[in-house]
Amino acid sequence: MLIAVAMALFALGLLGVIVRRNMLVMLMCMELMLNGVNLSLVTFAQQMSSAAGAVLVFLVFVVATAEIAIAIPIVLLLVRRKHVMDLGAYADLKG
Amino acid sequence: MSYAQSLLVGLPLAGFLLNGLAGNRLGKRFVSIVGCGLPIVAFGVALQCLADLTARGGTPLVETAYAWTVIGGRSFEIAFYFDRLTAVMALIVTGVGSLIHVYSIGYMKDDASYARYFAYLNLFLFFMLMLVLGKSLLVLFVGWEGVGLASYLLIGFWFEDADKARAGKKAFITNRIGDAGFLLGMFVLFEAFGTLDMDVINGAFLGGPVAAVSASLVGILLFIGATGKSAQIPLHVWLPDAMAGPTPVSALIHAATMVTAGVYLVARMSGIYLHAAEASAIVAAIGATTALFAATIAIVQTDIKKVLAYSTISQLGFMFVALGVGAYGVAIFHLYTHAFFKACLFLGAGSVIHALGGEQDIRKMGGLARRIPVTFATFAVATAAIAGLPPLAGFFSKDEILWFAFASSRGGSPLLYGVVAGTALLTAFYMFRLLWLTFFGATRMAPDTARHVHESPVAMTGVLVILAVLSAIGGFLSVPHYLEPLLPLPSVVPELEHLETTLVFISVALALGGLIGAVFLYGGNGERAARLASNFPLLHRVLFGKYFVDEAYDRLITRPLYWISDRVFLRLGDQRILDGSLNGLAALGQRGAALLSRIQTGSLHLYALLVVAGIVASLAWSWRHG
Repeated sequence: MLIAVAMALFALGLLGVIVRRNMLVMLMCMELMLNGVNLSLVTFAQQMSSAAGAVLVFLVFVVATAEIAIAIPIVLLLVRRKHVMDLGAYADLKG
Repeated sequence: MSYAQSLLVGLPLAGFLLNGLAGNRLGKRFVSIVGCGLPIVAFGVALQCLADLTARGGTPLVETAYAWTVIGGRSFEIAFYFDRLTAVMALIVTGVGSLIHVYSIGYMKDDASYARYFAYLNLFLFFMLMLVLGKSLLVLFVGWEGVGLASYLLIGFWFEDADKARAGKKAFITNRIGDAGFLLGMFVLFEAFGTLDMDVINGAFLGGPVAAVSASLVGILLFIGATGKSAQIPLHVWLPDAMAGPTPVSALIHAATMVTAGVYLVARMSGIYLHAAEASAIVAAIGATTALFAATIAIVQTDIKKVLAYSTISQLGFMFVALGVGAYGVAIFHLYTHAFFKACLFLGAGSVIHALGGEQDIRKMGGLARRIPVTFATFAVATAAIAGLPPLAGFFSKDEILWFAFASSRGGSPLLYGVVAGTALLTAFYMFRLLWLTFFGATRMAPDTARHVHESPVAMTGVLVILAVLSAIGGFLSVPHYLEPLLPLPSVVPELEHLETTLVFISVALALGGLIGAVFLYGGNGERAARLASNFPLLHRVLFGKYFVDEAYDRLITRPLYWISDRVFLRLGDQRILDGSLNGLAALGQRGAALLSRIQTGSLHLYALLVVAGIVASLAWSWRHG
């Protein structure tokens, strides 16, 4: 049951990343995907009654926090430049 | 267990190391003492070895210096072997070698690379002694290659001159061709016997015909090696060019010792040749052809050293004739007398060149007999010796060769005798021509050369006198008789036995005939010779051009090789195939990258979609194959 919820979360997030163009919304969708995966991790840890799995979840939280703490400022800096939230405007970053 | 032989070989090596590493810092006096002293000591050691040998009644002295390596249960050792044949060779090498070292003190005294010269000369002696003392073919081969190296270094001694450096290369490369044959012969022998020890191989052959290996095949392969080292047709082209080196080097390496290595090799492996009638016939045929061929060239050459070089080739041909008819001891006998008179001739030529300040053209000499009397006297004795006038050394050895070429039951024939006798006549002719043009008649020198003509220092003339005395009396030591237990002489066809005295008289007549012919043609102002040359312009041009062998090799071998190297290996192989395949790969990468880079649009949505597609595809794949 929980696995189904996790998959639903992941699928929703993925759909959001692919169809939405607003950068902040895309970031939130990615968090959704991450949480889906995290949920599956806890569920499996529960099923296997593995303490290590349960602890690992906290590690993932910490890493996710650090990652978003970098991603949000990047988006902020980009928006300051062009005053647009639409991702298509930044295609010239491809290098 | 004595170490005499290791000492004998090691002394010149020590000289090489001392002179080569420290010679320039320690001054000429030191170099001379080390460079000449050690070979003289080595000569003493060789005499000691000979005494030991005699004390043991001729049983060979064997000495293992160092176990080189063991491969698959077969051990390869640096072992020395001293029997009667080695004794003769070692004494010639160290004896004549020491004399020439002493001569070099005078000849090279103003050369800037004095230490380098003596280092090379000592290196040569070291390798030559390895060659003659080696117990197995492997050690012999190390010496064989080593003397080739020393020869290369000394021919190109004055390497600032591109021609001389090129002559060195020519000698080395020509020798490599012969060495290939030698190596193949060694492989065949090792395959058949599992050893390269020469006494074992000879013993196996003497025990009767060996089924495992064709004696003629081995004999011919080894003889190919010998033709390279001993300058026989078709590999003779390097020796005349080798005269680019300093004259004492020509005397030591390219007349007295190294070039006779091929003769030594065949004599040493005589066990094989006794069972190889075809190989022996080839040896005799090549020897006779070379002897005649080189003698005809020598008649018209005008460079004093070139005449002597062709004469050396011709005399080596004589030795191979003796080997081919089974008279191995006689070949070594001629080798031994030849070492004396040819060294004397070369050193005499060196003295003449020294006196004339570097002039080598005999057309610009003449009338030197009074000006440099010691050189003249010794040169005359050596000339008479090589021409075969009795009772000088060359008479005995050459007469025996002629006799066995005629009467040996192992391939002697009137035809062979005819060729060799004709060559003997030519030899006497061109040698007296050389003597006449150099020392007699009116002088043809440039005036300021003539003013500076001077007799050489005692270090040089003393050596000349010693060698002249040896050329005069050396023939009384019967080397073939001494070697008989080791290298028995072939039996003589009984019906011909009564002709022996007649042939001796014919030999003497031939020598005198050459002398008279030369005096007749070149006496006076030499106009008879000039008229003769102008009557046969084509013949003269062919002889003067040395039968155009070099030119033929250039057309037939060198240029096709260049062509193949340029067109096939360079342009097709290297530039087209190798470079082409690499450039093609690089171009493929570039094109592919250009094509794929279109996908990189900068749209993150596309990327994400592709990632998802990839994940889905890989999941599907693992689902199906899981």
